[in-house]
Amino acid sequence: MSKAREVLLTPIFNENPIALQILGICSALAVTSNLYVTLIMCAALTIVVSCSNLIISLIRNHIPTNIRIIVQMTIIASLVILVDELLKAYDYESSKTLSVFVGLIITNCIVMGRAEAFAMKNGPLMSFLDGLGNGLGYSIILIFLAVVRELFGAGSLFGIEILPLVQNGGWYVGNNFLLLPASSFFIIGLLIWALRAWKSDQVEVPQFTIAKNSLKSEKGAA
Amino acid sequence: MFEHYLNLFITAVFIENIALTFFLGMCTFLAISKKISAAIGLGITVVVVLTITVPVNNLIYTYVLKEGALAWAGIPDSNLKFVALISYIGIIAAIVQILEMFLDKYIPVLYNALGVFLPLITVNCAILGASLFMQERNYQFIESVVYGFGAGTGWALAIIALAGITERLKYADIPDGLQGLGITFITVGLMCFGFLSFGGISL
Repeated sequence: MSKAREVLLTPIFNENPIALQILGICSALAVTSNLYVTLIMCAALTIVVSCSNLIISLIRNHIPTNIRIIVQMTIIASLVILVDELLKAYDYESSKTLSVFVGLIITNCIVMGRAEAFAMKNGPLMSFLDGLGNGLGYSIILIFLAVVRELFGAGSLFGIEILPLVQNGGWYVGNNFLLLPASSFFIIGLLIWALRAWKSDQVEVPQFTIAKNSLKSEKGAA
Repeated sequence: MFEHYLNLFITAVFIENIALTFFLGMCTFLAISKKISAAIGLGITVVVVLTITVPVNNLIYTYVLKEGALAWAGIPDSNLKFVALISYIGIIAAIVQILEMFLDKYIPVLYNALGVFLPLITVNCAILGASLFMQERNYQFIESVVYGFGAGTGWALAIIALAGITERLKYADIPDGLQGLGITFITVGLMCFGFLSFGGISL
């Protein structure tokens, strides 16, 4: 079963949907200031992407190529509606916080991208695992973001105080910057930097290179 | 009355910029921001599509989907809200398709300019997001026209600005790991800060 393992694990670090393929960032950034809400979002996306992959893969031989996008869209939209209604029924507070972002899973490029690139060509089990892997790859980045932002921004995790804030008589001065949505861009940017320093084959070739200085540089002949 | 609409427009463009405060349409935003000309093409497309789809979805919502909206058809206690998502995305896909055919037939110049971007638009979350915000905030018809146009303009403004900055960055000596995507993220982060400063304005 090494293939299954590969399908499941590659998207997590080697081909991370957010860090490498720039997919699905749309709904990812705004919901990460609070770990609990983030976990719900991750679960929702993982469920949708693995189930849609499974269903699309099951009927892949019956979908006419011309209208495949519409068929995929309908399947994805139905799954998203299901998740959205469930969330409204069982966790209304979080569904209010997530507002339109659950609905936006439909246009999340990860879901469409995996359906088109993987589920249309592979068997149901593999497709399901691929969906699961990509969902986890997305989740891992989101959870990392949420942990950093909530822990250092508000001094808590899941709303439970970890670092006692100065306002409440503790010692930690909360970094309000991290509670602003813009901070997630910096964190993702730095995360990409770290990931690419580790896996250097992901580094992009610069569009333009700066010509070497004609004067002798301090590094010597290099 | 006019003031109210102007207000809504300014809010949609600057204070609640759909790209930089709600992060919608980010995939396309980051992918197509390397050249100003491409960014302008995409920006205009988004403005056009949003100005059409938000009002159309508004009509559908008010007259078909909303609670009791089918009273005119003799079904007073209908509530089709749960199919809102699927109908919006269907309508958006249909309108984009029609727009593409219309432009191809009647305004070929514009069609050639926008050609590549139009099909991409259907899966752009900025488009669906604006319709969902329209529903959440209960906009009236004219408000939805203004909001659609404003949200599109805001998005176009943001992507053109980002493309301008990215073009400038080619003269910068960027560390290897940050090349491309990494530096774009950080640039967008800084732009978000710029737009945050509009946040305190009350109109």
